[in-house]
Amino acid sequence: MDFKETELCLGLPGGGNNKKDEAAALELTPTPKASNKRGFCETAVIDLKLNLQSKESSVDLNENFKNPPSNNKNHDKDPAKPSANKAQVVGWPPVRSYRKNAMAETAAFVKVCMDGAPYLRKVDLKTYKSYQELSDALAKMFSSFTMGNYGSQGMIDFMNESKLMDLLNSSDYVPTYEDKDGDWMLVGDVPWEMFVDSCKRMRIMKGSEAIGLAPRAMEKCKSRT
Amino acid sequence: MSYSSLPEDVLEHVFSFVQSDKDRNVISLVCKSWYEIERWCRRRIFVGNCYAVSPRMAIRRFPEVRSVELKGKPHFADFNLVPEGWGGYVYPWIRAMAGGYPWLEELKLKRMVVTDESLELIAKSLKNFKVLVLSSCEGFSTHGLAAIAADCKNLKELDLWESDVEDPSGNWLSKFPDTCTSLVSLNIACLGSEVSFSALERLVVRCPNLRTLRLNRAVPLEKLAHLLRQAPQLVELGTGTYSADLRPDIFSNLAGAFSGCKELKSLSGFWDVVPAYLPAVYSVCSGLTTLNLSYATIQSPDLIKLVSQCPKLQCLWVLDYIEDSGLEALAATCKDLRELRVFPSEPFGDEPNVSLTEQGLVLVSEGCPKLESVLYFCRRMSNDALVTIAKNRPSMIRFRLCIIDPQTPDYLTLEPLDVGFGAIVQHCKDLRRLSLSGLLTDRVFEYIGTYAKKLEMLSVAFAGESDLGLHHVLSGCDSLRKLEIMDCPFGDKALLANAAKLETMRSLWMSSCSVSFEACKLLGQKMPRLNVEVIDESGPPDSRPELPVKKLYIYRTVTGRRIDMPGFVWNVGEDSALRLS
Repeated sequence: MDFKETELCLGLPGGGNNKKDEAAALELTPTPKASNKRGFCETAVIDLKLNLQSKESSVDLNENFKNPPSNNKNHDKDPAKPSANKAQVVGWPPVRSYRKNAMAETAAFVKVCMDGAPYLRKVDLKTYKSYQELSDALAKMFSSFTMGNYGSQGMIDFMNESKLMDLLNSSDYVPTYEDKDGDWMLVGDVPWEMFVDSCKRMRIMKGSEAIGLAPRAMEKCKSRT
Repeated sequence: MSYSSLPEDVLEHVFSFVQSDKDRNVISLVCKSWYEIERWCRRRIFVGNCYAVSPRMAIRRFPEVRSVELKGKPHFADFNLVPEGWGGYVYPWIRAMAGGYPWLEELKLKRMVVTDESLELIAKSLKNFKVLVLSSCEGFSTHGLAAIAADCKNLKELDLWESDVEDPSGNWLSKFPDTCTSLVSLNIACLGSEVSFSALERLVVRCPNLRTLRLNRAVPLEKLAHLLRQAPQLVELGTGTYSADLRPDIFSNLAGAFSGCKELKSLSGFWDVVPAYLPAVYSVCSGLTTLNLSYATIQSPDLIKLVSQCPKLQCLWVLDYIEDSGLEALAATCKDLRELRVFPSEPFGDEPNVSLTEQGLVLVSEGCPKLESVLYFCRRMSNDALVTIAKNRPSMIRFRLCIIDPQTPDYLTLEPLDVGFGAIVQHCKDLRRLSLSGLLTDRVFEYIGTYAKKLEMLSVAFAGESDLGLHHVLSGCDSLRKLEIMDCPFGDKALLANAAKLETMRSLWMSSCSVSFEACKLLGQKMPRLNVEVIDESGPPDSRPELPVKKLYIYRTVTGRRIDMPGFVWNVGEDSALRLS
């Protein structure tokens, strides 16, 4: 194998510790140290927090690279979670994604029942990133159930009474949940992360049955803002 | 009577005592008849790179194999460096084995893409299938698992170690027929959603030989006691979620169940641990040899209490919550310790969140005479500590140190850590695996090339100054099989000067280094038995030849370029001009 064009002339290691001589023999100049921080656009491992103030309810990863959410209203950042916009070097530190995912959150299992269905399901809310994903998953589990349209913001617009009343008067099923205070609320009234933290269990009921919840839910919502 | 006139069946009988692949390979080189006899009686093959050989060739040479082990993606795929769709598909192997190895009993896969179709084909075609291990695999769902459960009548082992399984709701576990009583090992720890507990319980009850049971997070603690009472013969247990409301009846039930498990040697799981429930396992601690607490977010005092009761511990995986004080207790109690892995609780934090330093590792190296395998994440290190560790434990075989901030120097002297790692390779003459970190110059590679003669795998990041570094390694490390490098200033010269070396290795990975596309092409053209693959998701690498290639994966192969490369992978071989036009 002829490698004339790539032949290296090397001094023996240890003899003549002059790096300059060795470098000269190699006809090399030391290359600048590889930068250990790469551009924001190239990093793939970023813990995205969904910002429901933004237009999309489902996350398009590329979009978020170019337009990072500007008002990040996500509350109660757990200090153990990486900050949302810190650029991370891909591949470093060498921690497996399996491990990263497992450590990132503790599970949030909640029971889900649906009126008329003879079985309960349990779901880990932490495995979903948005109301839409939850909706899709529930639709698969309870095949006669669709959660209806969550609108562009991924949340029910509680301030629009007539829209809400339409939804509740339809024969569609509506998901409700019991929160930490023991109150039954309509799913979709708070930002996703807050919902995951406060939801203890879910019940999918007919819209007409959920009407009784709506005024309470709206009051609670109003008192929060 | 000379050896060559021994009857075939005698030779075959003798060969059957030789299990190691290396020895089997040597036997097959003695003479033609030994080659023939050996290939007909080889029962197990290990293919470290699924693209190194085609399934057809493997089956043709070894027609009577009962156990196949395959590995797919390069190791750095674990850290998101290999894009989705790169390859590592197992289906062609399974299709070939469905016809060629109808009596296959075992299949072990690592870092491969497995589809439900593949699993269904296994279930349908392999009538004596017994063992399926899918380690860090992906691409399949519980539908595929349902097929395995339903049709593999003699299934003994189903192990889904840290695989990414799509989990559409569906009760795959209940697809195990009532007649299935052969299970010995079941690991479903990686499954995201719940399995039917009643199906699980019935399965456990009817499999009296069950030795290993690793549950997933969805199995609540309140139900664990019940399972344990049905399977007191368990040797290895992975708990589900280890938290529940604090109630004395739950605790006493659990503690009672554990005390009935007299054979338990290995514990894992401990998701979401509530410390108050830890004492429930104390009764089994005295017999434990393996403890995986690497997902248990408990603090040092609780860890110390636990570990101090495990004098027979040989293998501990734990988070850095253990801190130096916990490692001190470990060193004092666990004199049989062989392997220690300390994982970071906050790898992306800026500041240290725990009091874990180089001291912990030094203490363990002093106190544990059998320590041979270390994986240690920390935030500071010194040459002194590394020299001490090296002198304490010359029998070290695997040493993987990850100082979390790249290019961190010796915190005492601010020097590079060359001397420390140099001591490791100098004293630990049997070192097989090494991962470097911290501030490192070309000198460390000089030490490695000079001393690390048994080194088989080396992982490097943010290290070195010039091609000399890479040259030292490639020219000096006689046993090197796998080399993976990220973000180092290594370029063309060392690579091209050591091209022949690459054929003696399984693979070389280089990403974010300084290798030019021209050099890759040259290498590909000169070395027909290497696949030189350039990975570039932004476009054809020859369209910007002035830039170094982003990712490079070179591996030896006897089958030429692979046919399943996605659009972002270029094989730069002799017809690379045709390929890229």
